[in-house]
Amino acid sequence: MRSSRTTALALTGALSFTLLAACSSGSDDAGEGDGTSGGTTVLRVVSLLPGSEQEAFDAFDEQVAQFEAANPDIDVQPEEYEWKATTFAAQLAGGTLPDVFEIPFTDGKTLIENGQLADIDAQFQALPYADDFNPNVLEAGTGADGKVYAIPAKSVYGIGLHYNRALFEQAGLDPDDPPTTWDEVRADAKAIADATGQAGYATMTQNNTGGWQLTVASYARGGRVETTNDDGTYTATLDDAGTKEALEYLHDLRWEDNSMGANFLLDWSSINQAFAAGQVGMYTSGSDVYTSLVQTDAIDPDDYGLTAVPLEGDDAGVLGGGTLAAVSTSASEAQKEAAVKWIDFYYLRKLTDQDAAVKDAETLVASDQPVGTPVLPIFSQEQYDESQTWIADLVNVPLDQMTGFTDVIFDQPLVPEPAGSTQELYGALDTVVQAVLTDEDADIDALLEQADANVQAILDKNAG
Amino acid sequence: MALTHDAREARPRRTPVTWVRRGGLSTLVFALPLLVVFGLFSWLPIGRAVVMSLQETNLVTTAWVGLDNFRTVLADPLLATAVGNTLWFAALALLFGYPVPLLAAVLMSEVRRAKGLYSALAYLPVVVPPVVAVLLWKFFFDARPEGVFNTMLGWVGAGPVPWLQDADWAMPSLVLEATWAAAGGTIIIYLAALTSVPGELYDAAEVDGASVWRKVWHVTMPQLRGVLFITFILQIIGTAQVFLEPYLFTDGGPANATITVLLLVYRYAFGQSLGGDYGAATALSLMLAAVLAVLSVVYFRLTRSWSQT
Repeated sequence: MRSSRTTALALTGALSFTLLAACSSGSDDAGEGDGTSGGTTVLRVVSLLPGSEQEAFDAFDEQVAQFEAANPDIDVQPEEYEWKATTFAAQLAGGTLPDVFEIPFTDGKTLIENGQLADIDAQFQALPYADDFNPNVLEAGTGADGKVYAIPAKSVYGIGLHYNRALFEQAGLDPDDPPTTWDEVRADAKAIADATGQAGYATMTQNNTGGWQLTVASYARGGRVETTNDDGTYTATLDDAGTKEALEYLHDLRWEDNSMGANFLLDWSSINQAFAAGQVGMYTSGSDVYTSLVQTDAIDPDDYGLTAVPLEGDDAGVLGGGTLAAVSTSASEAQKEAAVKWIDFYYLRKLTDQDAAVKDAETLVASDQPVGTPVLPIFSQEQYDESQTWIADLVNVPLDQMTGFTDVIFDQPLVPEPAGSTQELYGALDTVVQAVLTDEDADIDALLEQADANVQAILDKNAG
Repeated sequence: MALTHDAREARPRRTPVTWVRRGGLSTLVFALPLLVVFGLFSWLPIGRAVVMSLQETNLVTTAWVGLDNFRTVLADPLLATAVGNTLWFAALALLFGYPVPLLAAVLMSEVRRAKGLYSALAYLPVVVPPVVAVLLWKFFFDARPEGVFNTMLGWVGAGPVPWLQDADWAMPSLVLEATWAAAGGTIIIYLAALTSVPGELYDAAEVDGASVWRKVWHVTMPQLRGVLFITFILQIIGTAQVFLEPYLFTDGGPANATITVLLLVYRYAFGQSLGGDYGAATALSLMLAAVLAVLSVVYFRLTRSWSQT
């Protein structure tokens, strides 16, 4: 009896200590975050979207191997990653972001202001092409102190109209003659819906992407959702005529033509999925989305078409945006060095150096990954055109199915995303788009007025 | 009187030494793991939340703002929508989620063969990870006529139903999945309780010529009273905190038709990529906790006389 009690006591004591040890080992892991062990710097980086094809991961792993061979003192640990407005803050607060992560242009300024991005200016300025960036593009990652905290990387995009050539053919439409006006888009959408039973036209509605794409549609009709005042404050103009017109257009497609299908809760990845599966005839998204349509959604390249977003009315423009690569504030100096080396290797050198460009393209082609997806220049347009000639022979994306976009994009006026409280503004418009698509009697004026008031309140609060 | 006085005198004085000798130390050691785990993972965060609700913080810089966060939350027009939706979810979940497991348990306890198989089948949804279940159901809820459920409805000439894509249908759809997912756990509780109902009571009822229905109503139900009351309040607390289904199925849509109180808390804290209003999030959480605590106390007061079996 006595011995069993002693055993029990010992066991319980041991258990308590194990628990305590387990708790404290958590902070040990955090301590490991200085990332150097035995002279090797550990660098956790963003790899591909979760659920990407194995070939895409093979190509990525090959690039990691090339990088590590050139930098034997850096150990790159890839992590799958998808930036979502509704999960990013949780990851940032929870400290679960990789050391190098991607953010949209719109978030750069505020994250810098909040001290949530590491200062990588010194490492950035050491890059040979540091002075060659398009200043408007670099501005997105520059702080009020003039230092660079986030580097334009991956892509700068203009919005395009993506369409499914197979559905066009099934509906008796010519896939080489995509629509160039919103009326044509509507007519084609109706034709597709009637002939195939699939959604002729669809739009994103969730995770702030509904607001993002409504802003695209508003810009395309000469609308603006926000203005920047002389004193640096912002005024919400959500109830602008262009936005109203865009919503009435969606309302007509949904309720008069019934050409938008049956599923309306779509975000960036789910609309891509539906599109690649042949359930969506047309939708607007970044011009660079083809890459992930291949990597994540296994789209048939023959079915893919890209054309320009129709622009109608005064001041109509194409929404442009892009991705910044940033470094976690918990990164050590060695990790920051390693991080900028990685950003240089993985995102940028292939745009500025012929050998790197060819090597990168060859690696991607070897794993059947897309090379040559249309994007906009991070540096100058001449430099972009030149870099395209380096890899011209290796391009494997169906460029001749994208001429509707590539022929005109440099002539279309590019309008940046709203600058003040962008994601909140997009979030408020999500609700409006969802209401219009799911409620035939939705009062567009009232919805926009309410959303405008809500966003203005947020803008005022953030200004104050 | 004198006797009790003597007894009190006779009791030895409590000293640390007697406390140890009487096993106080081992009590403490046994309680330690529990105290550590609870303290670290439950009480500390709760305390932290109370503090945070009085602050404006982005986890880097912090300022005390008094009750401002509570005012912000109470002034948010979405709060009323969220509370309304949560009540609607709770009402629907009570309507379906409460009686269905009871009925299933009573039926299953009547089954003579392969009882284990039925309980395993009933419990299976609980074993499926919730996120996996939701993704599966999202696929079933495809609103196109060729969606899984709509195809099945088509066989009997009904539908297609818009499921998650319509403000009126979205919430009942969520409740349907939630009931499926949670019923197994409750069924097991009921089944366990049913085995404790003495068989003689049924025999006696049978002798009196009671029908199955009367046996359930007059024997089973009164015997299950205690368990029923507990599962009822657990269900209320559970549904008031519903988050997973609206978050994964609809993210509160369409047009806020399924935004719940907990989803609103999440939106305050993490809804925007640039960091959230943690103060407002904790303030709303505390308000919800307070309401639930009051509700529980009132409920137990009201039902104290009934639940004693």
